[in-house]
Amino acid sequence: MTVEKELLKFTKKGVYCPQGKFYLDPWHPVDYAVISHGHADHARWGMQHYLCQNDSKAILQHRLGAAIKIESLDYNEPLNINGVAVSFHPAGHVIGSAQIRLEYKGFVVVFSGDYKTQPDFITVPFESVKCHTFITESTFGLPIYHWQTEKELQAELQQWVLNNQANNRTSVLLGYSLGKAQRLMSLLEGVDTMYVHRAIHNLNEAIINSGIKLPKTTLLSNDFDKKELQNKIIIMPPGLLGSRLLKRVPNAATAICSGWMQIRGNKRWQAVDAGFTVSDHADWNGLIAAVKSSDAEQVYVTHGSQAIFSKYLNEIGIKANELKTEYGEEAMVKAENESETVIDS
Amino acid sequence: MKQFSNLISAIEITNKTNAKIEALVDYFKTAPDKDKLWLIALFTGKRPSRPVKTTLMKQWCIEITKLPEWLFLESYSTVGDLGETLALLLPEPNHQLDLSLSEWMSQLKQLKPKTEDEKKIFVLNAWSGLQQQERLIFNKLIGGSFRIGVSKKTLVNALSKLTGIDANQLMHSIIGNWDIDSISFDDLINGSHINYDNSKPYPFCLAYALEKEIKELGDPNDWIVEQKWDGIRGQIVKRNSEIYIWSRGEDLVTQQFPELVDAFSKFEDDFVIDGEILAMKDNAILLFNDLQKRLNRKNVTKKLLEDVPVGFYGYDLLEFNSEDLRDKPMAERRTILENLFVAIPFTERLQLSFIVDFKNWADLYKIRENSRALNSEGLMLKQKASSYHTGRKKGDWWKWKVDPLTIDVVMIYAQKGSGRRSSKYTDYTFAVKKDDGLVTVAKAYSGLTDKEITEISKWVNKNAIEKFGPVRTVKPELVFEIAFEGIALSNRHKSGVALRFPRIARWRKDKPASEIDTIETVKQLITAP
Repeated sequence: MTVEKELLKFTKKGVYCPQGKFYLDPWHPVDYAVISHGHADHARWGMQHYLCQNDSKAILQHRLGAAIKIESLDYNEPLNINGVAVSFHPAGHVIGSAQIRLEYKGFVVVFSGDYKTQPDFITVPFESVKCHTFITESTFGLPIYHWQTEKELQAELQQWVLNNQANNRTSVLLGYSLGKAQRLMSLLEGVDTMYVHRAIHNLNEAIINSGIKLPKTTLLSNDFDKKELQNKIIIMPPGLLGSRLLKRVPNAATAICSGWMQIRGNKRWQAVDAGFTVSDHADWNGLIAAVKSSDAEQVYVTHGSQAIFSKYLNEIGIKANELKTEYGEEAMVKAENESETVIDS
Repeated sequence: MKQFSNLISAIEITNKTNAKIEALVDYFKTAPDKDKLWLIALFTGKRPSRPVKTTLMKQWCIEITKLPEWLFLESYSTVGDLGETLALLLPEPNHQLDLSLSEWMSQLKQLKPKTEDEKKIFVLNAWSGLQQQERLIFNKLIGGSFRIGVSKKTLVNALSKLTGIDANQLMHSIIGNWDIDSISFDDLINGSHINYDNSKPYPFCLAYALEKEIKELGDPNDWIVEQKWDGIRGQIVKRNSEIYIWSRGEDLVTQQFPELVDAFSKFEDDFVIDGEILAMKDNAILLFNDLQKRLNRKNVTKKLLEDVPVGFYGYDLLEFNSEDLRDKPMAERRTILENLFVAIPFTERLQLSFIVDFKNWADLYKIRENSRALNSEGLMLKQKASSYHTGRKKGDWWKWKVDPLTIDVVMIYAQKGSGRRSSKYTDYTFAVKKDDGLVTVAKAYSGLTDKEITEISKWVNKNAIEKFGPVRTVKPELVFEIAFEGIALSNRHKSGVALRFPRIARWRKDKPASEIDTIETVKQLITAP
């Protein structure tokens, strides 16, 4: 399958640009990889060369090793690669996340990676980019998904922590170490001391060392003092649900923070005390708004509800096709990727 | 409705019964009387009939949201609950309605006889005036059912914790006849409308699974052996011309079995009998699957009474004409029970659980193997001298079940569950080999761990052949061992066999699909009765 004018080819190794001789978020080792953001299903091991947005650089180095060959660009700073103008544009997904814009002989393709259209307190907000072809994710591609505003979410989360404190309980929030963790930190800043798991702490350090400011947190050491932790806030990766570490937390009230929590069945599936709808992805209206404002003539829909979302786009008059990739699947896969980075178990 | 909505949220997020009870107690401490009564009514199935059809609600939602119907249905199949799907799809509210639970309920009651247009105006106004969670509750109130893991027993335990009143008495109170408009909360829970002395049950005596060689039980003459009937345990309480049927879960199920009430009313004496409620037709015991159709029904239709009639096999007598017999030896209780049954004209509905005739322990092995043909689960062994214990006590009563039959099958369809399981593929259809193809033999949904279900769901997502709708056809690759209690020839099933109570025994990751059973080998498991 090829995109118009053959600017992109969908190969076994990933999305390939033959003119520029590079891949976008490839899932097999290649010579040159342009990376949208630092999540493990998009930034994988083994590439000879990485190109990413400036804020992602430290994250990639932290996750893939300091020895990788990596270059980075600011948002909106084009780089000519074999005649193709490559630039990054804010995707609002996680720190350093970018849509990748390719321009060749006046033809523009935007590969959105993962994105979220609603602004939050920590990532550079999503910017719509006009293009001929738009490649969109569809993680939450059903009209049942609607996110509340960041302010509403903040009020809800803070109220939960305060209620827990009133009931003498320690608030434990579970969220992926890249993205969700920093977002939760920004939402709960100033409420009380925030302890973070080592996996999150180390990533935070890497981000801070690259010059980005993050809310103040404390490392949750393995031999933590139970008394000290009582009634405080703890953020840890979801892979630790049910772990011995979590069981040692005194009077823990646990909450999963994920877009999937929009559905009651998903909350009840997990043995937790609360589920908050916190997502780094666009909700239904966000996906549609992004597609429409791109003015694209052709849309390709990747990971998530691609069959449903592309069918709907065609019905409202936007030409769309499904595109099979090895990104995401569902958050479950990410949870697994996440657990690989968890040091303590 | 905020308070009620908060209660629902608190209940459904936890899977700990104690936390649910806590939340209910809190609600009962603070809610207005009328709301408390409605809560009890709703959670015990005493709900007013549905004033608005679900098809209309779906249609109005599609009108408002302008979504194509297929997309509505995709959403529904992902959410797994209609009221919730509607609540999620509808736009944000543009005004605010603040009514209590009882106010909503009385409005819904008045809605029933109104025209479709009037109903539409009412429902749309409510939808646009409630937040998402309240909107969900509103939709549930229309349907009147809350499947959120609060059984009558949990409710009763919460009321008991709140008031200190005996839980069984409370069960009788809330199940009994009461009208929401003419009783106060205090009168209801104090049972002013009932006479608990007439219904009071005894705790059931329970048996352990046999854990030693049967010959170690000593002299066979000291034992009474019966079939282990595969129905539901029931305690029939008949006092002062009133009849009550209690289930093992200490739930009052009298109304579910009108033919039993009818049959027991033929007796003159008062008594409390322990026995088994079974589906039975033409002097044969039906499968437990059939009996299930009779359980937890609010209304027992005439058709259902004809299709799946129930009967009762009595096996113990706990009280006779006001005398507590539980400390008398089993053999003596049994004799009185037999005399009682002999005194009434024979009816298929009420029988004694017959005593298995055997001379030595070795005889029982064969009898146990044959129990499958009687639709029984095995044998019950009871010491003749035993009293009727409260709960479980090792040594006097044993259950000795037959081992289940098993076959290896391959998954061909997967479907998402509902409620808590709506996010995962939990319901599977299995096939065995037939000629060059496959034929469906069973559907099953239990027996796997949450972790395995998650793993299988991921696999289904990757290997689904069809993408739309709730059912996924999958590549026939995953092999499972399924266990079942019995097997019979059947014309109604494409495979020609019906399995009794099939469930997943384990996931056979070690077996390729080429090694599953064939329909011929499955049929060989059928033994003539």
